[in-house]
Amino acid sequence: MRFLHFPIAILLAAPVSAGEVWITNEKDDTISVIDVQTLEVTRTIPTGERPRGIIFSHDYSRVYICASDSDTVQVMDPDTGEILHDLPSGEDPEQFALHPNDRHLYIANEDDAITTVVDTETRTILAQINVGIEPEGMAVSPDGKIAITTSETTNMAHWIDTETRELFANTLVDARPRHAEFAAGGSELWVSSEIGGTVTVFDTATQAEKAKIRFEVQGVHPDRVQPVGFEFSADEKTVFVALGPSNHVAVINAETFEVEDYILVGRRVWHMAFSPDDSLLFTTNGVSGDVTVIDVANREAVKTIKVGRFPWGAATRP
Amino acid sequence: MFRSTILGLGLAWLSGVAALADLAVSVTYLQQATPRPPVLSNLDPDPENLGIAGARLGLTENETTGRFLNHAYHLDVVEVPEDGDLLSAARTALATSAFLILDMPAADAQRVADLPEAAGALLFNAAAGNMTLRDDGCRANLFHTIPSDAMRADALMQFAVFKRWDKLAMIAGAHPDDIAFATALKRSAVKFGIGTIAEKTWDFDADMRRNAAQEVPLFTQDFGDYAMMLVADELHDFGRYVAYNTWVPRPVAGSEGLRPVAWDRVVEQWGAAQLQNRFVEMTGRDMAPRDYAAWAAMRSLGEAMTRTNADDAATLRDFLLSDGFELAGFKGRPLSFRTWNGQMRQPIPLVTDRALVALAPLDGYLHQRSEMDTLGLDEPESRCEAFK
Repeated sequence: MRFLHFPIAILLAAPVSAGEVWITNEKDDTISVIDVQTLEVTRTIPTGERPRGIIFSHDYSRVYICASDSDTVQVMDPDTGEILHDLPSGEDPEQFALHPNDRHLYIANEDDAITTVVDTETRTILAQINVGIEPEGMAVSPDGKIAITTSETTNMAHWIDTETRELFANTLVDARPRHAEFAAGGSELWVSSEIGGTVTVFDTATQAEKAKIRFEVQGVHPDRVQPVGFEFSADEKTVFVALGPSNHVAVINAETFEVEDYILVGRRVWHMAFSPDDSLLFTTNGVSGDVTVIDVANREAVKTIKVGRFPWGAATRP
Repeated sequence: MFRSTILGLGLAWLSGVAALADLAVSVTYLQQATPRPPVLSNLDPDPENLGIAGARLGLTENETTGRFLNHAYHLDVVEVPEDGDLLSAARTALATSAFLILDMPAADAQRVADLPEAAGALLFNAAAGNMTLRDDGCRANLFHTIPSDAMRADALMQFAVFKRWDKLAMIAGAHPDDIAFATALKRSAVKFGIGTIAEKTWDFDADMRRNAAQEVPLFTQDFGDYAMMLVADELHDFGRYVAYNTWVPRPVAGSEGLRPVAWDRVVEQWGAAQLQNRFVEMTGRDMAPRDYAAWAAMRSLGEAMTRTNADDAATLRDFLLSDGFELAGFKGRPLSFRTWNGQMRQPIPLVTDRALVALAPLDGYLHQRSEMDTLGLDEPESRCEAFK
């Protein structure tokens, strides 16, 4: 609350592009749409039960939503907020990644230890791949050849060949991996481990561990520093990592793997999304039921926006 | 006869699987049946597979990870009847495998741990909260995944201090388990600066379903005023009739009311909902503290094997006691083992029937090593020598 008033003036003075950030509210069964210009919630849209993962199609004409407890992926028209149809997703879809072909969704089925591949056009399941227990983090490489599922209880990154749709490698990571992203043109895979308190960087070509990043937040016990969601800046030089119940976001130099900063945000920070021009970062704070807006250049929190109960996922729409 | 057949199968499994898997571990869940005195209400019988079901869930999780690493796991369940020969069952099990999960009273666990055959074995106590087992009665080969009575008592006292409920009364039953928990509560009240607890022993033999409303007010009248009524009734005999019937209206905690537990169905944060779902799907019932302790024992073994790529007890024991070991236990913090007595350090949920009220350690209880070590016997307090 304390950074609520004065920085808004700065924000309004600076040129900020238009656009929206969409937030799924896990325990409200809604999406809060935040206007990037005004930093206010302009729409609240009902969804299926327990919405978590959210992703836009490449042309932003559709938004995909994991409605975990409805056991479906919903396809919504972002203009009207209408559900166009449901996709078969397997049970309890939590997170997903969209293949560069804009057509295949790779979905983690948390309760079923399965990764489901769905064709969004024919609305059929193309494959179901057995992975470890509680799959969560999902990523597809920029060239579309590799898909990654991380499993929270098995503590692995599972490497899927998207051609054969079979596992070709399984690499151990620290306890409770949550999120995965390809970086450096696809040559690196980054995986966060919530309970392990680390982010592991793999070399994609060899699947060998390249670096392990640890965090240290002043005044917070290491047990409570739990990396979850993370996002790369557009130039891929900086990574912002949500540290869960430590209520901080870490700023990592993606080239040196060094942590440069910690930014205080809301309670149990989970996922995040950039504004279309990358000047602002929106973090979902599950316990405090709000979104923190971070000024990316200055690395400071500038506003808190109240959304629904237990905000989880975030996605940007220009 | 039946028992030896099962163990024979375990042995056959090991020799059969060893050729296929890179590593293979067989675990025996050893249960000693104990006499259960009658209680006033039969509303909540213990499930038949209490504890065992937790070990089975842990097994399936280990197997999934093992599939990717070519590690194989096996679980035998051996139930020794009340008049059965526990030690010979333990010897037979140890002949097959160095890994046992013990579901038995503290004294029996000590007898099994003291067997010459158990010398290099790795045993997990998943049932006894007894403080001596973590104190001067500890054994180097005996780890504990069930929280001690002291850990549960400390969790409740942290909450009492946090609420500034510093005047406490207690009704304790006469069963040894009741007395042990009452002793832990009294010790904890001193530890956290509350001091003496006004105490009465429940020595009624009336059937409280008929007259709780008449008996409990009178029984609690001479306590005077207090902030919270503690109940030490680990068998769940009379405790359920205390709430709403005390002379002065006060919250009830301990074995009833607000309960400090290793696990409960109301724990749903920290990814726990997924573990609960898996358990309910497998068993058709809620996961109980003993199920959780047996699950944690299986998972600890699995995690140690995954990380060390070894299956011998000595290597796994060393790893479990090292900084490298951490178990994601769905309670918001990584779980590990105390190097001075083999107790698994873990948060303790404080629960009612319907909700998680708080999770101990509560905010503000600091510790130089781990805040979780504010619960139970800390290194300077424990007289355990076996781990040195």
